[in-house]
Parts: sequence; C-alpha cells; structure tokens
Amino acid sequence: MPSAAGQTLRKVLAQSQKELLGDWLQGQLAASTLRSDLMKENELREQSRELLALLQTATQNGSLERIDGTDWTAVREFLARVSRSRAQQGFSSSDTATFVFSLKEPLFARLRADLGNDAQALADELWATGYLLDRLGLYTTEMYVKGREEVISRQQREMMELSTPVVQLWENILALPLIGTLDSERTQVVMESLLQKIVETGASIAIIDITGVPTVDTLVAQHLLKTVAAARLMGADCIISGIRPQIAQTIVHLGVNLSDVTTKASLADAFSIALKRTDANLSRYSGAAT
Amino acid sequence: MEKIPILKMGRFLLVTIQVDMHDQLAMQLQEDLTDRIVAVRARGVLIDISSLEVVDSFIGRMISNIAAMARVLDAETVVVGIQPAVAITLVELGLSLEGVRTALNVDRGMAMLQQQLAAEQG
Repeated sequence: MPSAAGQTLRKVLAQSQKELLGDWLQGQLAASTLRSDLMKENELREQSRELLALLQTATQNGSLERIDGTDWTAVREFLARVSRSRAQQGFSSSDTATFVFSLKEPLFARLRADLGNDAQALADELWATGYLLDRLGLYTTEMYVKGREEVISRQQREMMELSTPVVQLWENILALPLIGTLDSERTQVVMESLLQKIVETGASIAIIDITGVPTVDTLVAQHLLKTVAAARLMGADCIISGIRPQIAQTIVHLGVNLSDVTTKASLADAFSIALKRTDANLSRYSGAAT
Repeated sequence: MEKIPILKMGRFLLVTIQVDMHDQLAMQLQEDLTDRIVAVRARGVLIDISSLEVVDSFIGRMISNIAAMARVLDAETVVVGIQPAVAITLVELGLSLEGVRTALNVDRGMAMLQQQLAAEQG
C-alpha cells in the first residue's frame, strides 16, 4: 500500500513542480501568517523552490514512510538550515512549521485534480502525503528548537565569561566586581578566576564588590563566604564592599554571619583600607607584582 | 621507609609535602616535627603543599593537628602554596583550616613569620 500510495505524489512532484511552486507561493504570500517584515519575498521563493526540488529527488528514491533514511538527508539538512536561520531571524516555531505545512493545500489540490473521482486512491494518497508533510513539519520544529537552544547556551556561555572580571587595582590589591545573581555555577567560575589571579599577581587583598548583586539570600551569602575562605587559604584577605542598605538588613534578618569578614559600604572605603593594610606607597606604583 | 624532610631555616622549620600522605607518614611527620621544634627551639613552621594537586579531609585534618601541636610548643604554623583547585576543594569539604595561617608562597610565609617574630621581640 505505501508504495502504491506514493505514485501520484511522485508524479505530481516530478511533473508539475512549477505550477505547484506557483500555487504554494501564492498561498504563502496571501496567508495571514506571512512575516514580510522578517523575510524578503524572493528569499521565501528561493527556499520554497529548493525544498520542492529536494522533495522530488527524495521521493523518487526514498520511502514516504520514514524520513530518517539516507535518501532524505538532503531534505533534512535543508530544513535544519532553514529552521536555524529562521530562529535567528526571529520567526516563531509555528511560523517555521507553517512553512512546511502550507505545502499541503496546493499539493492536495494537485492530487485531487490528478486522481479525480477515485475516492479510495485519493484517500490513500492524501494520507501518505499528509503523513509525510507532518513528519517534515515536526522535524522542522525540532530543528527550530535546537537552533534556539544553541543560541541560548551560547549566550549563557558569553554571559559567564563576561560576568567575572578580576581587576588589579593596585600592587597586591585585586577587585572583583560581581554583577548579577550568584548561583553555584557562577560562584565556581568566580572563585576559580579570583584564585588564579591571586596566584598570577601575588595579591594579598581581594575586594569583592557586590553592588551589582540584586539580592543576597542565605545561598548567595554562603557562596560569598566560600569564596572568602578559599581566598584566605591562598593567603589573601577579602573585603566585601558595596553592601546596600536593604542587603545589610536582609543579611541580619537571615542571620548570616559575616563577622569574620571585613565589610565596607563602598568600594572606595574598601580600597582605602586595603591600601593602608598593604602599606602601599601612593606616590608610585611599580606595576609588576612582587 | 619514606620520610618527609624537615629543613631548618633560621628560627623556622620548612616542611615540603610532595608525596601522598597516609596514616603512618602523617604520624611520623608529627613526631619528627614536634621533636625538631623542641630541639631547635623553632618559632615557626612553614608547611609547603604547593606540589599537592589533590587533597582530602585527611590531609586537612592533619594540617590542623600539626598547627595545634606546634602552637602548644610556641611555634606559629603557616600553610603556604595552596593551589587554587586545592583551595576550592578544601572549602567545598568544609575545611577552611580555621586557626591556621596561610600565605601564597614560601617567601610570603617566611615574611609573615619574621614580621611576627620582630613584633614580639620589638
């Protein structure tokens, strides 16, 4: 049955590709879901034409039941490319899937015209074609989601890299301006980069500035204390600065014990005490670490 | 039998741990070190663990013990050369070596001890 059911579809795809493309494009351009703001008409035309050509090749050789075979590789790759580019262009997932599903209408019309009154054959053919297009549409959605996930994970990575700069303020003094919420993964990165910098510069004081940390709960406080403890093991004292009034209140209400750590309201205060502790000579800065 | 060498540098003792610690080695080190502290009237002990890349709670406890013993004998202990990864591990294990002083390297540790000695004498 499956091989018989595909006959007319194959024929239609092979013989009336041009008309099919015309109908399909017309349908897509007329549809209310068209996003002319995101995509040019000729790009859409190009993509539609390519998909039809690839479909024709794939259906000539491959089975209509399964789209994971080697015959369908070209189609799959094409769809993956389209979904990825559409994900980046800002299409929604249903917009992207609609691109494939919209082929149903012109294709079904062609099949009906071809098979005429043979209801049995038409039903079989429609079922096979519908099934095939559904699979392709689902695959497109899947690829779309994958494309989006890639974007998200890339952004996450970039944010992770951006968010943990350790700067040298003075000889033996490092500053670590924290921005954004501290979760355990970020604490790990922060800790690693701070400790690495301590080794590189031989700094003896590290100022952790939490002006940019929106909220401090017990978990964040614990992460901060861990960082302080690790820096202490490396022989560097930590000063926590940039504690906002509300955060000071929260810390006390939560019962977090910060008494072992020097805390200062502003980075300037922390810096001045750090200079005093390191006996820094303000008139000259030798630059290189001792 | 392997043994951890203890070097005397002025009024201080320098212990460099380079091999994996196990019970007997640790006991031996504690014994040797306390003997040496008394024998040379040492005022400070530097424990250099810069070549350790892996630590466990056993080493953490051993270091705390050594520091406590040395303090009883009036010698200050400074642990130096803790690697970043080791520091993170110790903190994650909940061993932040309370009561033990730490320094980045032997130089810094030595300076720290000398400063303290000078302050006591001065």
